Amino acid sequence: MAGMLYSLVALGFVLIYKASGVFNFAQGAMVLFAALAMARFSGWVPGWLGIEDKFLGNLIAFVLAGALMFVLAWLIERLVLRHLVNQEGVTLLMATLGITYFLDGLGQTIFGSDIYQIDVGMPKDPIFLFEGTFEGGVLVNLEDVYAACVAALLVAVLSLFFQKTATGRALRAVADDHQAAQSIGIPLNRIWVIVWFVAGITALVAGIIWGSKLGVQFSLTTVALRALPVIILGGLTSVPGAIIGGLIIGVGEKLSEVYLGPYVGGGIEIWFAYVLALVFLLFRPQGLFGEKIIDRV
Amino acid sequence: MFYRENGQFKTSYRADQQIFPIAQDRWVILAFIAFAFIGVPMLADEYMFRAILIPFLILALAALGVNILVGYCGQISLGSGAFMAVGAYMAYNTYVRIDGMPVIIALLSGGFFATLVGMFFGIPSLRVKGLYLAVATLAAQFFCDWAFLRIGWFTNNTASGSVSVSNLAVLGWTIDTPVEKYLFCLGFLVVFTLLAKNLVRSAIGREWMAIRDMDVAAAVIGIRPMYAKLSAFAVSSFIIGVAGGLWGFVHLGSWEPAAFSIDRSFQLLFMVIIGGMGSIMGSFFGAAFIVVLPIFLNQFLPAAGALVGVEISTAAVSHTEFMVFGALIVWFLIVEPHGLAKLWSLGKQKLRIWPFPH
Repeated sequence: MAGMLYSLVALGFVLIYKASGVFNFAQGAMVLFAALAMARFSGWVPGWLGIEDKFLGNLIAFVLAGALMFVLAWLIERLVLRHLVNQEGVTLLMATLGITYFLDGLGQTIFGSDIYQIDVGMPKDPIFLFEGTFEGGVLVNLEDVYAACVAALLVAVLSLFFQKTATGRALRAVADDHQAAQSIGIPLNRIWVIVWFVAGITALVAGIIWGSKLGVQFSLTTVALRALPVIILGGLTSVPGAIIGGLIIGVGEKLSEVYLGPYVGGGIEIWFAYVLALVFLLFRPQGLFGEKIIDRV
Repeated sequence: MFYRENGQFKTSYRADQQIFPIAQDRWVILAFIAFAFIGVPMLADEYMFRAILIPFLILALAALGVNILVGYCGQISLGSGAFMAVGAYMAYNTYVRIDGMPVIIALLSGGFFATLVGMFFGIPSLRVKGLYLAVATLAAQFFCDWAFLRIGWFTNNTASGSVSVSNLAVLGWTIDTPVEKYLFCLGFLVVFTLLAKNLVRSAIGREWMAIRDMDVAAAVIGIRPMYAKLSAFAVSSFIIGVAGGLWGFVHLGSWEPAAFSIDRSFQLLFMVIIGGMGSIMGSFFGAAFIVVLPIFLNQFLPAAGALVGVEISTAAVSHTEFMVFGALIVWFLIVEPHGLAKLWSLGKQKLRIWPFPH
């Protein structure tokens, strides 16, 4: 089930990479930032507005955090990306690392650096699935099931958005070829804002789910690093790749820990995913579903 | 007016191929090195040595190594912290396990093992490049973090997981005061800089640059990509490994794997980018910038807060430090994407024609 959550974070990476060719290291910081915002807003909103109902409070907090992510997306486009058009990939990578530091600092300055809880009312009882299908069934955490459903829903909505709406088509056009898209009148800057906003929303959702599992704290940023092998495995440019890669990594990590871990002293979860992705790269450099890389002189 | 090469005729190939063909450059650099060896030990106080100068020298050495790989050969690596760790731990093991092992040999053996690890994790570079490679090298980072934390052999089975060295001595010269440590690191830095400078302007350096500029085209004109890329990984991780050994032995004294975490890798990459990719000088500028900036912010922010009458708590200072650091990096990338080394060469160009406009 962790795999589903990796997919969520990986999705944010893929979205931004597809649309702007930027490898966004700040995704982890965005997850933390969004989760912090959500946690604090849901704590503050009932006090400000006098709302007793928990669901309504959470909803307003979600909308507020979403709005914050939009402002953030706009600022990033305005202040950073706009000035770095046509720079090399590594420069942009460094810029997103700069954004990472900035967001880490900003989030903790505004929202404080304690550990917060997000309580969106997800039940935490373990249940048995598929009891009818085979004997004993599968013991899972109900929370994980919900999380997986949310992730699936988000992916479905996103694919609909990409495939069916005009904006989605514009996004795909930009992803395909910046210049061609610009020449037929697609405003590049607005598209970037939208992409970063969508990535922000995925970060928010991922932040809420991780946050309600682990508590909102600084270590959430490392989730992004755990999600990197996912996109390598699935391919940097592929949305389905991110999801399937996430599942493979999630399952592989746990299986390796259980079956291989005892022989080498445990804790191999941390690097197993990376080594898996590495071995994979040797045989299929573009990832499972990535576009074939063609070099021309 | 003063900085012109008019009248400096070169009558032999040797004269034409020296590192600093302009006489003024030669003198300035020599004077600078002399100042670093003689002047600085007399002027700087102990805090300067401990907090700024020694970290600067060691990180400049590491940045030099990263620059060879990233700046000259174009292979983005996020595993530099891991190579430093390998250098430090293997130097420690050679030093502790073999009786009477000289410090310098131990450090170099740390570099040697870092070379092996670097080449191993450089193998994916033959298949992938750019951002994929950056992520692939992260594997080295996480694997080494784990290995030095979990495998007891590397830490000589110490219970706490941290290792320490003491009583460093080279040929009867005991290195224990900050000044001596500074000179020891400076010696390493000067020697390696000279080697690196000569490497990058020789045939192999030109091969690296050809690979960086376009690897397919380089392969077409007969450069072996495997040889070029792996040799860049080897040289770079050797230097990084020695720097890691110095960092552990000289700067920290006792250390844990956390000293070489992924943040270190990012920090080194920042140095290279901010200093200037593909420039030896840039590595020094970048290292100086990254070492001094946090210290400066740390001192400056509370003072600035007191000036406007705001008491800034320690936590707020560290958060603001993060913010300012991030913002400065972004700002830097926007105004000078080619790094400080570019400013340096622009300045030299200006100086050359001064006081005339062109």
